[in-house]
Amino acid sequence: MKRKLEISELIFKIISYTLLTMFALCCLYPFIYAISAAISGEHAVEYSEIILLPDWKTLQFDAFGEMFGNNMFWNSYSNTLFLTLYGTIWSMVTSILGAYALSKKRLLFRKFFNFFLVFTMWFSAGIVPQYLNYIATGKIFEGFGITDDKWLVVIAMGMQAMNIILLRNAFEGVPSEIEEAAIVDGATETQVLTKVYLPMSKSTIATVALFFAISRWNGYFWAKQMISNSNEHPLQVFLRLRLDQYTDPEFLTGWNKVYAPDSVIYALIVCSIIPILIIYPFIQKYFAKGVNVGGVKE
Amino acid sequence: MKAKAADYLLYDQASGTYRVDPEQAVRDDVEKHHWLHVGRMVLKDWRLYLMLVPMILIFLFWRYFPMYELLGCFKVTDTVKTVNEQYFAGFSNFKLLLFGGNNPNMSQEFWRAMRNTFLLSFYGLLFGFPTPIILALFFNEVRSNIARSALQVMTYLPKFMSTVVMTSLVIMLVKQGSSIGVGNMGIVSQALAGIGLVSKDAAQAGLLNDPHFFRTIYQVSGIWEGAGYDSIVFFAAIIAISPTSYEAAQIDGANKWAQMRYVVLPSILSTIVIMLITRIGHLLTIGYEKVILLYNTNTYMTADVVSTFSYRYGMSQGGKVGLASAAEMMNNLIGMLLVIGANTISRKAANTSLY
Repeated sequence: MKRKLEISELIFKIISYTLLTMFALCCLYPFIYAISAAISGEHAVEYSEIILLPDWKTLQFDAFGEMFGNNMFWNSYSNTLFLTLYGTIWSMVTSILGAYALSKKRLLFRKFFNFFLVFTMWFSAGIVPQYLNYIATGKIFEGFGITDDKWLVVIAMGMQAMNIILLRNAFEGVPSEIEEAAIVDGATETQVLTKVYLPMSKSTIATVALFFAISRWNGYFWAKQMISNSNEHPLQVFLRLRLDQYTDPEFLTGWNKVYAPDSVIYALIVCSIIPILIIYPFIQKYFAKGVNVGGVKE
Repeated sequence: MKAKAADYLLYDQASGTYRVDPEQAVRDDVEKHHWLHVGRMVLKDWRLYLMLVPMILIFLFWRYFPMYELLGCFKVTDTVKTVNEQYFAGFSNFKLLLFGGNNPNMSQEFWRAMRNTFLLSFYGLLFGFPTPIILALFFNEVRSNIARSALQVMTYLPKFMSTVVMTSLVIMLVKQGSSIGVGNMGIVSQALAGIGLVSKDAAQAGLLNDPHFFRTIYQVSGIWEGAGYDSIVFFAAIIAISPTSYEAAQIDGANKWAQMRYVVLPSILSTIVIMLITRIGHLLTIGYEKVILLYNTNTYMTADVVSTFSYRYGMSQGGKVGLASAAEMMNNLIGMLLVIGANTISRKAANTSLY
């Protein structure tokens, strides 16, 4: 039986489609505009002749060229890759180990350890004490011979209580019969973790790894504060520095190139989001899952 | 005495004597040497406890030691030092912030930061909270899977951009016009000036240089960034509603609005309540990164929040670490009370504890 669409439903449907499409276009617009502005000629950008699509007549890729010719750009890119790769691995290994131990009912002081974790979500010390602490721990690291600030960022920024709780909940969802069967078959604790628990909570692990990787890739503030050597700054810090430089009137006096200074910034923005845009379609299916497991319970 | 004997001893009928219950002896032994048994259990499970160590150490070093550094709020210091090297100053930092004392400007600035923190969060709650719910209702209307996925992919995207990219785009899109000619004003500024939402002069001077527009820019960019992604949880609640509920309502003659009111809303109410309480709990945790990247000296009046206030005094401009810590201490304590309060309410009202 096909029901006739009521007038109120029709109105709501039209409103829904219209507003959703508008909002989605608004979400997408700045990115499209950034690409267009990055590859349009100087005059078109300076006199705001671009609305959405690039100015095809004055198409240029020199703004990208200027970035690619900059050693600092490649430096910062490799620094970001370094922080993302090692940071995600470090965060995942320590979080999985901790979450696995916490998921075991037989763990002594389990309640205390859980509280130890959750309390950091209630109360954070704030940025100035954290900053002082990073300086102090940086000195300890130096005492051990680790003078590279990047390793401090990798190791110190590694934990988020929320992610550990997500993993812990996933591990708790694994039926204990399977673990017991594995133990009867002679599996050690490590084997139980790697052969039983990890394969059985793959989607949560993927989600959490994704969260860690994205927060590492996007990290700005602490990377800037903790890494003193400007050669070791990640891409986000580099991007912000260029933004300040290319909007500074003093720097721009006598600008005489085929591309506008704005194009350089847009080109840099495009470069920094391309990796995320590439992996985005593959990771997109995990989002809903990640949010659904977000119900936190003690 | 007799009852005790019965506990420990078993009567042996054959010989007519009592003998000790062997199982009770083991139980006794366990009770007597409780900690020894616990130790044995720990030793047997040593791998499990070893797994905990890295996590505990990281949290101790970089989450709990800063809390100890926060005690610097009771001390006076002019340069960056650790807590131990400073001098005890009692509550003088708090007094200075709250009541001014010999520096009334400081206390005015602090109260301004408190007010801005509260207002930015409050407006975020007011405008940022309902938007994802409305989006989720709209998504539910899109019957075609392909169209809906496409729309969802587009609206989630900004969430995965870094704060730097997002703020850079905002800065570029509303930036000031050049003094040389017509051009160079941000494209969004132009559009807004074109339809008369902002005056030409304000757009020319740069919307981010005008304290009147900071809150609006902050909220709009926040919704742009997060509303799509935040709608996921509400959408999941809406699609969980059984189709028979709608059919029953339709047979009863309910139009779309009545269905919204009597079917959809009650079904997702618990999700809304939980999310609302979470938001209220984090009312004072403003993303300082975004504010630091967006504000400038012209907009301190509306943009300066407690985190950025203490960032300026404690880190970027000078080493008033004690003062900065005192400001954060107050902000974070109120924040924690809000989280605990919200959690208690949610446990009582929705029977769901968030933590």
